[in-house]
Amino acid sequence: MGLSAALLLYFNGRVAGMSGLLAGLLRPVKGDIAWRLWFLGGLAIGAVAMMLLRPSSFESSLVRSSGAVVLAGVLVGFGTRLGNGCTSGHGLCGIARLSKRSIAATMTFIAAGALTVVAVRQIFGGVV
Amino acid sequence: MKINAVSFAAGLLFAVGLALAGMGQPSTVVGFLDFFGNWNPSLALLMMAGIPVAMIAHRLSLRRPAPVFADQFPAPSTRIDAPLLAGAAIFGVGWGLAGICPGPALLALAAGLKNGVLLVVGMIAGILLFNLYDRRSPTRQRDETGDQSGLQPHSGV
Repeated sequence: MGLSAALLLYFNGRVAGMSGLLAGLLRPVKGDIAWRLWFLGGLAIGAVAMMLLRPSSFESSLVRSSGAVVLAGVLVGFGTRLGNGCTSGHGLCGIARLSKRSIAATMTFIAAGALTVVAVRQIFGGVV
Repeated sequence: MKINAVSFAAGLLFAVGLALAGMGQPSTVVGFLDFFGNWNPSLALLMMAGIPVAMIAHRLSLRRPAPVFADQFPAPSTRIDAPLLAGAAIFGVGWGLAGICPGPALLALAAGLKNGVLLVVGMIAGILLFNLYDRRSPTRQRDETGDQSGLQPHSGV
């Protein structure tokens, strides 16, 4: 993953931030679309390859209702735009660039995530 | 174009990296966030392996006036403000809830998983919601990816 981010930065001058990448497709700016699609194309092929070659990569014991997953998605979508990045943008790339913003953001979303895990367990008994 | 080839390669590596590191498994992610329970260090190990490599590229890029195939590197930003922290917190809640963040969501979608579809649908809704909110009261002009929407021409492609 470090190599992926390295290539994108050194050759293309882009931060490998998935939330920004996706958002840039939803509010597209001419000339700024193709590279995102090519990245997603590579990602998709990689995903299919891994599903075929190593399906255990996707085996998960976490059970969540569809409603919870959609809600999670809304929070992820909104939060990453407001906060200008996610685990790849801030956590990987931002920290690699020693960005104070990214370090602060990463600490915050990890803390929020940890508290959420506790809350789901304590308030809902782990079932949502 | 070379930029597109690099993007494709980066996307492929990204997917493989995510899958190998266990990020295709929401239980692994929630396990990492479960500091007070059964802690799964996988995500920490991923960061510890990935960050140094990305850091090397960053250091190397400081020696260049521009990326190899593009016009400019992303501009650094330092101001830690309320939108950043609030956004990170909201994102963190969603992440802790389903154990899926944007990259893995796209991975899961491409792999044909139901939760991938659901999360991406939710994510798109969330982004569109934000775009509506942002139109009324813009939070900032610049994207961490280096885009400066409306301020200057874009690099790449």
